[in-house]
Amino acid sequence: MIEMLDFPFMQRALLAALLVGIAAPAVGIYLVQRRQAIMGDGIGHVALTGVALGFLLSTNPVWMAVLVSSLGAIGMELIRWYGKARGDIALAMLFYGGMAGGVMIINLSPNGSNANLTTYLFGSITTVSAEDIVAIVGLSVFVLLVSLGLRRQLFAVCQDEEFARVTGLPVRLLNLLLAVTAAVTVTVAMRVVGLLLVSALMVIPVAAAQQATRGFAATLGLSVGFGVVVTLSGTVTSYYADVPPGASIVVLAIVLFGIITALAAPLARRRYRNGSDGRDGAVPGGGRGGTLVAGGGTAADGPEASHRPTRV
Amino acid sequence: MTRKTAAPGGPATAEGPPAVALRGATASLGGRPVLRGVDLTVAPGETVALLGANGSGKSTTIRAVLGQVPLTGGELELFGTPLARFRDWQRLGYVPQRSTAAAGVPATVREVVAAGRLARRKFRPLGRADKAAVRHALEQVGMDDRAKDPVDALSGGQHQRVLIARALAAEPELLIMDEPLAGVDVGNQEALAATLREQVDQGTSVLLVLHELGPLAPLIDRAVVLRDGQVERVDNPDRLHDLACHPHGSEPAEAAPAPKIETGSLT
Repeated sequence: MIEMLDFPFMQRALLAALLVGIAAPAVGIYLVQRRQAIMGDGIGHVALTGVALGFLLSTNPVWMAVLVSSLGAIGMELIRWYGKARGDIALAMLFYGGMAGGVMIINLSPNGSNANLTTYLFGSITTVSAEDIVAIVGLSVFVLLVSLGLRRQLFAVCQDEEFARVTGLPVRLLNLLLAVTAAVTVTVAMRVVGLLLVSALMVIPVAAAQQATRGFAATLGLSVGFGVVVTLSGTVTSYYADVPPGASIVVLAIVLFGIITALAAPLARRRYRNGSDGRDGAVPGGGRGGTLVAGGGTAADGPEASHRPTRV
Repeated sequence: MTRKTAAPGGPATAEGPPAVALRGATASLGGRPVLRGVDLTVAPGETVALLGANGSGKSTTIRAVLGQVPLTGGELELFGTPLARFRDWQRLGYVPQRSTAAAGVPATVREVVAAGRLARRKFRPLGRADKAAVRHALEQVGMDDRAKDPVDALSGGQHQRVLIARALAAEPELLIMDEPLAGVDVGNQEALAATLREQVDQGTSVLLVLHELGPLAPLIDRAVVLRDGQVERVDNPDRLHDLACHPHGSEPAEAAPAPKIETGSLT
């Protein structure tokens, strides 16, 4: 157990996993709150084009992915503002385009192939370079400053956007900041969890935590705790089992979700019996989230799509 | 209290600029004209009710007052400042219709109410005075004992009281409420009326959309009745008793030559 810490690549992988475990749920909670759980998934697809561009231009794929996925996230946010009826189609286009562009560009680049992409799609503990770690630490600091430092403001915006506008908060700016932060989180997480599974780490710890909590702050704290537990244990599992860390982390997260669900179900039943509202079941005002789910559902390819909860 | 002395048609005796001055407001939603020249004034300390059938433009009017629906014509001043230059949003407390506050992650009553305080704090951290204001707002609506409960566990009426507390947390001078009584049981309606009375007695201006006056009737200084995006009638307080006996919510909206409610008793 301890001897794996002697390997520098494992030290880097565990540090990256720790940061991702904190950052992904800390940002994901706002997307879940706004019923946009699938947004991280879309950003992941778009980031793939950025990774491939990095190969083509022989620059660091992480920074290129930050740039391209931020642009993609801002694009999705703009679609949410202006697009009404065709919003889901536009999002689906963004998803498909990101994936197709990535595969095309990587094959055009001199030293790239689909094999390079696999480590970005599902994560890899051996490929977190020293250069990557600098980027991951720096970007994680940014993500945590935004997601924790502005938690009251982002909570207000995601809870009731119109009310937040009437309080005089710069809602558009905060929405754009959240979109860019989500994009940065995706690129931070892609080395460890992979672009196809990163959304799971933004959503599942939050989904698990909120079954046992009553408030937002408690959900935030517990989901970050869950995130760290599954990323660290998943990375260690990968070291021994030689599987992509993304897969082991997400499988562990789902197991954790199942355990919490089993433990919390009696508690939740009692809680909802006390409350007469029960509006969680009805999912009111879910139209906005619904369009995103539709876009993500069609773009998500492969068997892992069925593992990802689109709504929580 | 200015509201006791306010003249029926306008705020002649009120001091300072009106909290809301909407003149000749027109607005469209999806290309369809919804407001067609609405004049609305809320004097300091005055309580004005907006009445009218569904689709008459009540909610659009208050959303226009909040700057959430752009005006295609007319003028809007808040506390004497044109909307484009208005920045003192903490002077307004907005209570939306209840359904708009649903979200995907649990939140406690206190967390939701604290969001209202951001109108005063913006990006600064909440201090002791802010926490006291949040507690006081919860006490005002009688929900302080539920501060740590998730809002999902509340009844419709309790939820409405939480949304009012969220608006009160900023200690506003003008409360704007959209159908605060909708889906609220009688007991909670009485609690809401008591909270509102306290606010009115402190000099807060109130603009609220109502389907029926119900227990709020004694608090209303003036009722503005909208019909097809225009002001149909402004009722003075003396007539409000009659109005309360014939709530507009029960009037059929589609009846073509709809008899003007209590037209005979006016003049």
